[in-house]
Amino acid sequence: MNVQAQPVEYEFGSLLEQQGRMDLLRFIACGSVDHGKSTLIGRLLYESKQLFEDQLDALAVDSRKFGTQGADLDFALLVDGLAAEREQKITIDVAYRFFATARRKFIVIDAPGHEQYTANMATGASVADLALVLVSAGDGLTRQTKRHAVILSMLGVRRVVLAVNKMDRAGWSQEAFRSVEAQFREFAAGLGIDDVVPIPVAAKNGDNVVNRSEHMRWYRGPTLLEYLEEVEPVRTADRQPFRMPIQWVNRPHQDFRGYCGLIASGEVRAGMPVKILPSGRVTRISRIVTFDGDLERAAVGRSVTLTFADQIDASRGDIVVAVDRAPVMTDRISARLFWMGNEPLQPGRNYLLKLATTTVKVKIEPELGVFDLDSRQLVSAKAIAQNEIGTGTLKLDRPIAVDRYAECQDTGSFILIDPESYDTVGMGCVADLLKPNAGGGKLARWTETHARSLAKAVSWRATGSVDTFIVAFVITGSPKIVGSVAVTEILTKILIYYFHERVWSWVPWGKR
Amino acid sequence: MLYSIGKDSSVLLHLALKAFYPAKPPFPLLHVDTTWKFREMIAFRDGRVRELGLDMIVHVNREGLARGIDPITSGSEIHTDVMKTQALRQALDHHRFDAAFGGARRDEEKSRAKERVFSFRNADHLWNPKRQRPEPWRIYNGRTRRGESMRVFPLSNWTELDVWFYIHHEGIPVVPLYFAAPRPVVERDGALIMVDDERMPLAAGERAQIRTVRFRTLGCYPLTGAVESTARTVPELIQETLASPHSERRGRVIDHDGAASMERKKQAGYF
Repeated sequence: MNVQAQPVEYEFGSLLEQQGRMDLLRFIACGSVDHGKSTLIGRLLYESKQLFEDQLDALAVDSRKFGTQGADLDFALLVDGLAAEREQKITIDVAYRFFATARRKFIVIDAPGHEQYTANMATGASVADLALVLVSAGDGLTRQTKRHAVILSMLGVRRVVLAVNKMDRAGWSQEAFRSVEAQFREFAAGLGIDDVVPIPVAAKNGDNVVNRSEHMRWYRGPTLLEYLEEVEPVRTADRQPFRMPIQWVNRPHQDFRGYCGLIASGEVRAGMPVKILPSGRVTRISRIVTFDGDLERAAVGRSVTLTFADQIDASRGDIVVAVDRAPVMTDRISARLFWMGNEPLQPGRNYLLKLATTTVKVKIEPELGVFDLDSRQLVSAKAIAQNEIGTGTLKLDRPIAVDRYAECQDTGSFILIDPESYDTVGMGCVADLLKPNAGGGKLARWTETHARSLAKAVSWRATGSVDTFIVAFVITGSPKIVGSVAVTEILTKILIYYFHERVWSWVPWGKR
Repeated sequence: MLYSIGKDSSVLLHLALKAFYPAKPPFPLLHVDTTWKFREMIAFRDGRVRELGLDMIVHVNREGLARGIDPITSGSEIHTDVMKTQALRQALDHHRFDAAFGGARRDEEKSRAKERVFSFRNADHLWNPKRQRPEPWRIYNGRTRRGESMRVFPLSNWTELDVWFYIHHEGIPVVPLYFAAPRPVVERDGALIMVDDERMPLAAGERAQIRTVRFRTLGCYPLTGAVESTARTVPELIQETLASPHSERRGRVIDHDGAASMERKKQAGYF
């Protein structure tokens, strides 16, 4: 589907029919800032004829205004869509770009290279089949390249295409290319990333992006696009046991009660025995209902409505699972964490954890680890700062059904939400399921709610004011003075007490 | 669910019908009517709602109408701001909706490409592109406090072609204006504008000419350019789209007020 090149050559009927089944590859483009990522993606879109004339016209205008390439088209401006990005000439946020060839459809996730925007890179990596890591031949691996590799490893992206860019500036030298390759392989091997395909490119001129480079005849491997078209995505979710988190209870009338959700892994068949967690009730699937008629079976990735043979009370947040390989119910998990909040992650603080369709309160236990990029070791830490990768143990306020991330992504991944601002502050992958620690079954008290602080302020004031009234009357003997003192005091001190409580609720010191 | 009557809205509505089947979608549709939509769009909207038995709210910015705002004399920018952006905010505030679905796609425009699926808006409906909630995996954080709201874009990762292939595959009805037919048009700044009613001003002696045209996107008729075409079916239309050297938003007058104009509109609360 080479959009502008030769539209007449399509077997149009078969194209229409194929489209529904056409394979989709999502890949993330990451690497250090200024290593030319946006340029490479722009080049990929341009060379595969994915740009429309009006977009090219707008690009020519923008290139003259903001560009860094002199009179030439600056492809980075194609993907850097926000005004701040164009002005600062950097990528701030993830951009999604779409293109297709006759072989498959692609979603390119263009991730920012600046350290302060690493969260956006991690978000993109969580949904990627493959990572395109860009390293400039002149600069080699930077701290940010290493950070990205660690995040890829944490999120289970094991397949990497290493584009060694700016080969033109390295004199098209094979040694320069091999040196970057060796550096990356050495670093990545320690992280379990072993499927690395290195390709030498010059994004600015398009060498080895779509067309084979004239300058590097020593390179015999595929061009970038050839590789992306041919690589087989690693997908294992269809071989895993059945899991379906319930999103919504479908109850149009008295005679129908169905449970809607997206099949997170495995397969479901009519008549199959299933278990509902957390209740643990066992039943059979009676129907698999869809808008287009009932199904006999449905597999991972499909959204369906299930009905059960027995009257079972289940709701959003529950999960329907295979009876024989059910997930573990636990209220303590050890997790790999990536922190995105401005305030560091700290033990003792409370967060909301959202996993599949369930949300629970969690508290972070004391022992934290932070991944040190230079030594590639976990070091013990008291907090995990923004953009750091670490490990920690989470205590949930009730047991939920959980899988290890490596076994089922949808039921093994979660986000952490700040309970005050509701910002998404962290993401995590379940590494291990733990038994409650000795004597630690009960969670420490939660942070006070505003209503509770206020109620305490009022009740304390009522008690205090009676006391003030009596003391003042005994000393002054004047009901008039006593009255005005008591009223003023009630009003001011309720407010003061409330704020005093709120300040204390933020102080972790002295809490157990 | 924001229902703008266009092809993306038609797909979104179809997905909602499928997702909640056998129940009906548990939310009303909202159409922000600028009073300048093509007549065929309104007829199509009313037909669909009747046929499907859905709950539809139509909102018009009465105050804007009273001020005499229109796309021809007020200009596209003011018209869009008052009759679409402000009108949408009025409707959302009036009904106190904390979330609204929309059919926007990331491939439409550069700043859309950077927007989240769950797009958080503060109490003034403002979008802050630098402070968006990360959306790893399929986990969305839909929590809001009073007054704050979400715009939710389920079609974020669809392309124009995906939309047409899906319409073909599922047999989803769309407004006939997407297909080529003889229609009365006049040329304005290089764009073919359809004379849909008597409000379209014609120069002295000017007459609308009948050309065989269709529309790639639909909006207010004086702001929507037609393309000459012979595509009368969805497959013909897909074939034509594949061969086209232009993107679909080219026909939209409102997008051309500078490269970052959509971003500015969105920050102000445009969908």
